[in-house]
Amino acid sequence: MTEEIIIAGFGGQGVLSMGKILAYSGVMEDKEVCWMPSYGPEQRGGTANVTVIVSDERICSPIISKYDTAIVLNQQSLDKFEKSVKPGGLLIYDPNGITKEPTRKDINIYKIAATEKAQEMGISKVFNMVVLGGFLKLKPIVGSEFIHKGLEKSLPERHHNLIPQNEEAIELGKGLIEAVQVL
Amino acid sequence: MKGNEAIARAMIASGTDGYFGYPITPQSEVMETLMAEKPWETTGMVVLQAESELASINMVYGGAATGKKVATSSSSPGISLMCEGLTYIAGAEIPCVVMNAMRGGPGLGTIQPAQSDYFQSTKGGGHGDYQLYVMAPASVQEMYDFVFDAWDIAFKYRNPVLILTDGAIGQCMEKCYTRDYIPRWTEEERRQHAPWGCWGKPATRDHNIITSLELESSRQEVFNQKLQKKYAQMKEEDVRYEMLNCEDADYVFVAYGTSSRICMKSMELARAKGLKVGLLRPITLFPFPTKQVAELAKKVKGMLCVEMSAGQMIEDVKLAANCQIPIEHYGRFGGIIPTPEEVLEALEEKIIK
Repeated sequence: MTEEIIIAGFGGQGVLSMGKILAYSGVMEDKEVCWMPSYGPEQRGGTANVTVIVSDERICSPIISKYDTAIVLNQQSLDKFEKSVKPGGLLIYDPNGITKEPTRKDINIYKIAATEKAQEMGISKVFNMVVLGGFLKLKPIVGSEFIHKGLEKSLPERHHNLIPQNEEAIELGKGLIEAVQVL
Repeated sequence: MKGNEAIARAMIASGTDGYFGYPITPQSEVMETLMAEKPWETTGMVVLQAESELASINMVYGGAATGKKVATSSSSPGISLMCEGLTYIAGAEIPCVVMNAMRGGPGLGTIQPAQSDYFQSTKGGGHGDYQLYVMAPASVQEMYDFVFDAWDIAFKYRNPVLILTDGAIGQCMEKCYTRDYIPRWTEEERRQHAPWGCWGKPATRDHNIITSLELESSRQEVFNQKLQKKYAQMKEEDVRYEMLNCEDADYVFVAYGTSSRICMKSMELARAKGLKVGLLRPITLFPFPTKQVAELAKKVKGMLCVEMSAGQMIEDVKLAANCQIPIEHYGRFGGIIPTPEEVLEALEEKIIK
């Protein structure tokens, strides 16, 4: 199993930390992982993206141009990465702020209204975990007990009291994701 | 952990005595990690931000002249500034470890990953007939492990070791197994490992003098011959490389560091198409795996050198292969990383045809 994922959105949406939690969870399950953020001027431009690869084998390139899954959280990222999903792959987007829907016919498309739901419930801080939950519902590449360990590893100890809230958000996301186009 | 973090943690764990550096993207996390870890409170390792790269490399020179394990790190423009210090250190036969996280040049260039400092690292940089022992890690694990190996080599040869990497390996986070902490050398151990060092003159011997100056040219020639002998020994005993899928390969990629990781993916794509493609990854750039390239050149139909530069390592590959087969270069530069797909396309267009 090798899953190549790009997660992209605005800085502050928790894109990098979502990737980190997924990567650490993979490590906890003794998988090979690679987490490669965009850095430098493109990061400073307000958008953030991170490539996460989780695999049972040695990982080749940390830099890739075709993804099994793209998780996009704003219009710019949708425009940029829709075309990079492998045929038959998966695109997940949050409809908040999306004016131009995805158009490809050869990929699976799901949406998750995480921004809206998180605001409604007053849990904007764990918005990214809602999205992660949606992804894990479709592709359970790491077991939930390892997600727990991944959270422990990537959150500083003073925030460990927030782990249950994060896990609830993941569960919430699993119920929130809806199919737009399934091949 | 991140590649840069791995370098810093490995420095602490390998019993490094001191780090002198000056921040520069994309490797500032090295000093950040060291400052956060505060090894001066645990192992006694000194971590100091110098006022410039010139100051850091000369602090390394001074510290290392006492036989201590002293290291620094920087990125391309900073390494250019350090080149004067490096040739003095090589000329004075002082062991030390330097890390270069290459970024796109020339000049200040960009801050994204590049591999355009191959010439600088392996063919000079500073003046004079000197060589650095150059290691090119291709993963976070190797970033960590190579610091330990670098100390062994540096003291074996009394020669500076350069860990040549780039922003991609420095910034990416991968699984990394750490090692048990090797205690810093005691005063007694240091004297054993570095009998040449300036650590105080006992009555039983003459002064130890650390210098790269020799006004008598006949003596300087003898000294140069000694250096050349040392470099020849490196070529004999300490070449490192990795070969993947080369046994049945018709074509091979030659690439190091980040490029080799991309080529691994290109190789996978090629094999899926039924093309027999392998990868030769030089781990040491000096000494270069010349024999291995020459051997492969007898078996395969062509080689593609993939570098994030305009083509630098290809010169060593061509020299090694001695015109037996077609060898071409493919590279992106200025901070652009090629995709596995375009690398495969280049192999098909330039070599397979």
